[in-house]
Amino acid sequence: MSTKKNWPLWEVFVRSKNGLEHRHFGSLHAADAEMALENARDVYTRRNEGVSIWVVESKDITASNPENNGELFEPAQDKVYRHPTFYDLPDEVKHM
Amino acid sequence: MSEEQIKNLEAQFEARIARDEKIEPKDWMPEKYRKTHIRQMSQHAHSEIVGMLPEGNWITRAPSLRRKVALLAKVQDEAGHGLYLYSATETLGISRDELYEQLHTGKAKYSSIFNYPTVTWADMGAIGWLVDGAAIINQVPLCSTSYGPYARAMIRVCKEESFHQRQGFEIMIKLAEGTSEQKEMAQDALNRWWWPSLMMLGPTDSESVHTEQSMKWKLKRKSNDDLRQQFIDQTVPQAELIGLTIPDPDLKWNEERQSYDFGEINWDEFWQVVKGHGPCNKERMKARVGAWERGEWVRDAAMAYAEKQQTRKEKRAI
Repeated sequence: MSTKKNWPLWEVFVRSKNGLEHRHFGSLHAADAEMALENARDVYTRRNEGVSIWVVESKDITASNPENNGELFEPAQDKVYRHPTFYDLPDEVKHM
Repeated sequence: MSEEQIKNLEAQFEARIARDEKIEPKDWMPEKYRKTHIRQMSQHAHSEIVGMLPEGNWITRAPSLRRKVALLAKVQDEAGHGLYLYSATETLGISRDELYEQLHTGKAKYSSIFNYPTVTWADMGAIGWLVDGAAIINQVPLCSTSYGPYARAMIRVCKEESFHQRQGFEIMIKLAEGTSEQKEMAQDALNRWWWPSLMMLGPTDSESVHTEQSMKWKLKRKSNDDLRQQFIDQTVPQAELIGLTIPDPDLKWNEERQSYDFGEINWDEFWQVVKGHGPCNKERMKARVGAWERGEWVRDAAMAYAEKQQTRKEKRAI
């Protein structure tokens, strides 16, 4: 018997309307994926908040660690040449 | 980590909050921040869950279908709010089971207001109007609190909460416009819920132990007494509008302060209820623990079924 095993945690992603991406809404507990979807419907979309739901078991998500934010994200900070404003244009050029 | 390193991290942490940056689950945080948030957020979640009980009492006896669907939807919202808040609390590294355990053993508190009985239909009106009204005043500032998951949960809660107050006030309007017995029923509910609603906003500032730290962490933006004054100033005209009388002989408009002066709150009663001696503390916990225990076989069966399905799927794949 599996009496003392608790329902795992699921992360819920909802697309609020077609054309928009699924966005993280929160999490919930459920025995399996099907129940997670049904629970997500009741917990996160009681007022037409969504047209599509994804659920994924929280343990299956690999997340970056804020401690590594320096090495991960700082290199992008000094690469100003990746932005259009880095380039000088003559005033005569209107649309570019 | 050395003590100095921790001090340094703490200073950086406080500075981030002061700059209005949000703290997210995997960020470093002082142990006290984590513990305080677990305490406040779980207390908030427990209040939503226990808060279903006084109103659940009237669902089957709602006077019309209109009232019944509204009350059902409201109670369902409370369940939802509890679930948003529990899962936000779990991001701090405590399990759902531990949280339930703390509620069921009385280690964790919930709002004292839910330990009062709901004896007439008018109580559904008074709860929506006053209790949810006070809750909104408490909750709106939390939408910009420093802990990201809490702030996000509160934004969702606040969006849903205003229907709760309106449906309650509508019940009071209708009763106040009704027969003399109905009006009396509304007045009686106001008499019973007024003072507990004022207490619900928390002990008076001089007795409130967590205020300073909570202000820093934006768990609180205004003091309990300021929130209470705001609640009174906004509610008194609403009572006048529907011809009900606030049960406070000392209530008087203060021209100078542009606010209502009000009578002494019975804090002994508040502390009695907090300590477990309110009219319904035992009944509420009995109902809550009973529901949890009676549901155990369902939870176990669902888990066993899920595991069986998973095993079958794996076997088929081989």
